[in-house]
This record gives sequence, structure tokens and C-alpha cells, in this order.
Amino acid sequence: MSARKLHRFHGGLRLPEHKQESTLLSILDLGVPQRLVLPLRQHIGHLAEPLVDVGEPVAKGQLIAQAEGYVSASLHAPTSGRVVAIEERPYPHPSGLPVRAIVIESDGLDEWAALPEPLPHFEQCDRDFLLERIRWAGIVGLGGAAFPTSVKLAPGADKPIRTLILNGAECEPYITCDDMLMREQAERIIAGLRVMRHILTPRECLIGIEDNKPEAIAAMRRALDESGLEDSELISIPTRYPSGGERQLIYLLTGQEVPSQHLPADIGVVCHNVGTAAAVADAVIDGRPLISRVVTLSGGALKQPQNVRAPLGASLGWLVEQIGGYREEPSRRVMGGPMMGVPLAGDDYPLLKGGNCLLALDAEQAPPEEPARPCIRCGECARVCPVELLPQQLYWYTRARDFDEVQRFDLFDCIECGACAYVCPSHIPLVQYYRFAKSEIWAQEEERRKADLARRRHEARQARLARLEAERKARLRKKKEALEQKQTDDDPKKAAIQAALRRVQAKKAERARQQAQAGVPDDRKEPS
Amino acid sequence: MLTAILVMVVLAALFGLLLGFAATRFRVEGDPIVDQIDALLPQTQCGQCGFPGCRPYAEAIARGEADINRCPPGGETVILQLADLLGRDPLPLDEEVGEAQQEKLVAYIEEKDCIGCTLCIQACPVDAILGAAKQMHTVIQDECTGCKLCVPPCPVECITMVRLEPDLAHWHWPAPDEDALREAG
Repeated sequence: MSARKLHRFHGGLRLPEHKQESTLLSILDLGVPQRLVLPLRQHIGHLAEPLVDVGEPVAKGQLIAQAEGYVSASLHAPTSGRVVAIEERPYPHPSGLPVRAIVIESDGLDEWAALPEPLPHFEQCDRDFLLERIRWAGIVGLGGAAFPTSVKLAPGADKPIRTLILNGAECEPYITCDDMLMREQAERIIAGLRVMRHILTPRECLIGIEDNKPEAIAAMRRALDESGLEDSELISIPTRYPSGGERQLIYLLTGQEVPSQHLPADIGVVCHNVGTAAAVADAVIDGRPLISRVVTLSGGALKQPQNVRAPLGASLGWLVEQIGGYREEPSRRVMGGPMMGVPLAGDDYPLLKGGNCLLALDAEQAPPEEPARPCIRCGECARVCPVELLPQQLYWYTRARDFDEVQRFDLFDCIECGACAYVCPSHIPLVQYYRFAKSEIWAQEEERRKADLARRRHEARQARLARLEAERKARLRKKKEALEQKQTDDDPKKAAIQAALRRVQAKKAERARQQAQAGVPDDRKEPS
Repeated sequence: MLTAILVMVVLAALFGLLLGFAATRFRVEGDPIVDQIDALLPQTQCGQCGFPGCRPYAEAIARGEADINRCPPGGETVILQLADLLGRDPLPLDEEVGEAQQEKLVAYIEEKDCIGCTLCIQACPVDAILGAAKQMHTVIQDECTGCKLCVPPCPVECITMVRLEPDLAHWHWPAPDEDALREAG
């Protein structure tokens, strides 16, 4: 075992794990359903831009939507078939708003498109070339946040990376997709680690896994030993929610805190999920894009919880059918874990890249929410907050709509882990308050930005109108002068007088000049 | 006695010089309070307050010639912010200027009806309408403040104010329901 000193983060919780149910069976490779729905928002950042038209045939692995902008991810067809629609479809998001999606009807052949060449000897490849490959493959963080991986792997030359961390903590209850992936495909994950290590050139690589996954730890240790990576270390960490939070894991393993409003790369650390590492290996070593993922199907309402590898875009109802269906009507469906997941209204949602778990909870696991009672200032929430915030203060100031004060209490450092709401004896939905406050502050900032733009545009318009007016006046004045000039020229009597005046003036000037010339010598004498 | 007077006179002269120097050296251009008021106003430039734009209204407030309750797009929020800034009592929105605007609207030109008269372009205070004489016009949605000034000049009534469709990028979390809490006291 390693002698590395672990740094315990503040607060945290021991939660009922519910992990055994879905680890009894190995990962089941599901085929392809008749219809796949692929929303263009599979990631954080800009929506991908479709490259195919309705009616067009597509091959498995063909690029069907291009990353738009830097923080974005491409999308590939998970099977061969035909595009039957590009339209708004239901999307797993708390707003319930639909998102534009490409709908593919499978032809049942599952034929691959031409793929880029596999790079088993990636060590000889240029770093930018590998990053471009990972960007092409449309890989995003598979732990749930779905941030484009190629962006995270390119922190910039001014931020040298000292530590690369693979996150296998998987701290939320029920979820076991990383656990099963580590047990069954540890070599793949280590291969992905090698690729990332080649790109980032860190001094050390750390793999953090919670100690409630002994099989995964054993498998990963074996794969790591076989790989002969000397600067890499596997660390078993205590099981405590939310140790899988990026900042919490970094602190746990390195003792370094990521400063507020900074990224891990700012302190020389990059952290990736183990599933992401496996996807990177697929993309680089085999030249395959990200078109499927391992997802945990769990909860008491299922006949047999299990992990499955399913194509992106498969409907959640179809996934459940493939493993035997429901035992009873679920009392709550959640995309993600029970602490941070998104509640779903039904089954008609597609599997996304970031979808690590579908929960179908029974009445016992998801009792009806108790009504919130007034805060009694017990302070439990502050005791469990892993970021050492003061959840009560955030709550009170949010209720008072005092958004300046909420920010002074570091609202934006909240990771929305839900630990405070979990322990609250008054059942106050605290995280809802923080999310509301955050989006309210963002909306206000957006409004201010728009007001500034309007002010600038209005001022520019006023300036332009004033300039045009001034130019018009100048033109008019000139015209008037020219007109007056012309009038004097036209009148013969006036012209005669003017001419006489000019002659007299000319004579006078001539006389003055002669006198001046004559007077010059006298002037010279004067001073002496 | 004489020394005392002398000292006072010299001191007065010194301070006078100092103040005079400071007045020229550290002079602040413009009127900072007008800028602060202007920063709170929503910049729709709609003129509903009776002034030709947000800045003239801000200037009028600063001079004490206008009340702080004449901005319908800003509504209660802006009134409260202005009251806070200026130390005046908050007032309900002046009925004379219309009702507070609840939702955000933007102008939309029915392009097949547009005859290209440019009247709306001349009316737009923030140059958010694109077009030319006898060419179809269109509203740049991101830059439209929803002031409605382009609606009356249109001779063919092809401009309407529309609500922005909610999308994921602009959606925000609703406030938690507090009815139960209130009942509990």
C-alpha cells in the first residue's frame, strides 16, 4: 500500500451505498434500437452544428454534427441507418425544455464508416495531433459534467501540469458504471491514462478510487503494475460523499485547494474520469469516436439492476426493457445519482454522453418529499459542507433576495452536492435556493451587459445624428454664402460699386507700400 | 493679537490656495451622480418617462426635476434602486407613464409585408433594425431593447412585439415554493 498522506476535506457524508444491486452481473453489451435520438447538446458549451440532412443515409461512426466554437463537442452516428428528422425532442433537463436532436432510424446492418487510422504508437505522435483526434472523437467528461475533454487536456503553455488525476471515486449512491468499467476494462483505462500522460507530461499520475470498490482497486492495480508506469500511483481513498467532486478529490490526494474562481489547471492539476480515459484510448489507439457508453440502470423498481453498454441516443425505456423491465411503476426516475441527478418525467428521454446512471426508485427509496419547515439554525448544514460555506447564510440571503450578500458568502463556490439539504432536519430544499440565486445573478449580469450595449449603441447613434446635422448645416451655410456671392455678382449696379471700391482699395494699398519702402532707411536710423 | 490675526489670514490664504489647486487639478469631468443613475436605468431608450432617452431622464432626476417613478421597463426594481441611491422615498410607478413591463419583448418584422420605407430604422434608438430604402428590413434581436418606438411609424403595420421563446441557455431556476414555510410561520 502507498504511504501517501491523505488530506481529509471538510464535512462530507456517509451515505447508504446501494451499489451491490447493480454489480452482481457484468456489463451487458446491448445492441442497437430501431431509433436513436441524438440531441445536439451532449456537453457543456455551444450546441453542435448538424452536418447531415433529413433523409440522408449515415454509417456507424460518421460525423453527423460538428463542434461549434472552442468549448463544444462533435457528434457521431452510433449505428448505420438514415436520418429521419432533425427537430426538437424531449431532453433530460430540469427545465423540461426540448433540444434540437438528430433522429436516426437504424438499418440493422451496423456498418462502420471509414475511420481515421489507429495510432497504437501514439508516443511518436505530436501532442496537437492527438488533441485534434480527441476533439474529433467528440469526447466529453463521462463522469456526468460532460465538459469537452480536449479543452481540459489543453490548459495552455503558461500552465504546466504537475499532477494528472484519474477519478474513480464514484461517490454517489447507486452508480457503479465506473466501478464495473474498472473491473472489466482496467487495461483500457490505463491505456487512456498513458495517452493523457503523453499529452500533458505531468510529473505524477494519481488514480483515486473509494475503498468500497475492492475488486476495481485490485483490477486497476494489476493493470497499472503490468503497464510499468513508474510515476503513477493508485490510491484507495475513504468512502465519503462527495470525494468524487473534482476539487474534493484534488484536495484529498494532493492537499492543494483549488482557489475560488480558478480551475484545477491553475494549480497544475488536471482531473479526468476513468470512463473518459477509456474513451480517449478508443479514440487514439483504435480511431473510434465516442458513440456508446456504460450506464448503470438501478433502483428498486427494476427487476434486475445492471450496468449496460448502450449506444448514445437509445431511449431510457428501451434500456430498461433490455434488462427485463420494471418490477413496479417507479415512484421517481432520475438521470444521474440520487444526490445531484435530474428528475425525469418519464421514459422517453435519450441516453446522453454524460448519462452515467438511470435510477428507477421505488416508493421506499424515494418517499414523497416532506414539506419544508422553518430553519432552526442548527448548523448541521455548515458541518457537512465540503466547501466550508455557510449554507444557512446563503439560504437566508437568497430568501431576502440580497444577491450581493449571497456572493460575499461565496455562493459560486457551491458545488451543489446536496449534502446540506440531505442533513437538514427542516427538509429545506437548500440546493434549489442556491441554484435559483445563481441563475438570478447570471440573469442580472446578462441584463446589465445588454443595457451597456444598448447605451453604447444609443450614444453612437446620437453622435452620428449630431454629426450628420452639423454637416448638413455646414453645407447649407456654404450654399447660402455661395448664393449671396452670386447675388452680388449678378446685380450690375452693386457690381459697379464693388469694383470701384476694390480699385480704391488697391490704389490705397499701392500708396502705402511705396511710402513704406521709402521710409525703411529712416526706420533703420531711428534706434541709433 | 496682531500675530493671531496674521496667522489666521495666512492660514486662510494657504487653504484657499490648496482648495483652488485641488479644484482644478482633481476636477471630475461630468456629473458622477448622473452616471450612477444612468447605470441603474434599463437603457431601453423608450422615452415613456417623457424624456428623450435614459440619460436625459437621469439628468432630470439628478437636477431634482423628475420623480424616480417614471420608468415602466425598470418597474419596481429600478424605483427601489434609485430610492436607495438617492436617499429618496420609494414611490409606486407613476400611472401617467403606463404600467410596469412584466416580460421582455422584442420587435419582429413580418418580412413579407415590409415595403422598405425605412421609417422604423429612423425610429429605432439603438440602431437595431437593418435595412435600406425599398429593401426588406429586419430586427437584430440581440440588440433590440423592446422599446416599441418602431411600431407606430410603420405604415403597413408589419411590426409586432413578440415574447422571446424560452431556451435552455436563457432558462433559469425558479424560486423554491415557500407557501408551506409561510403557513408554518
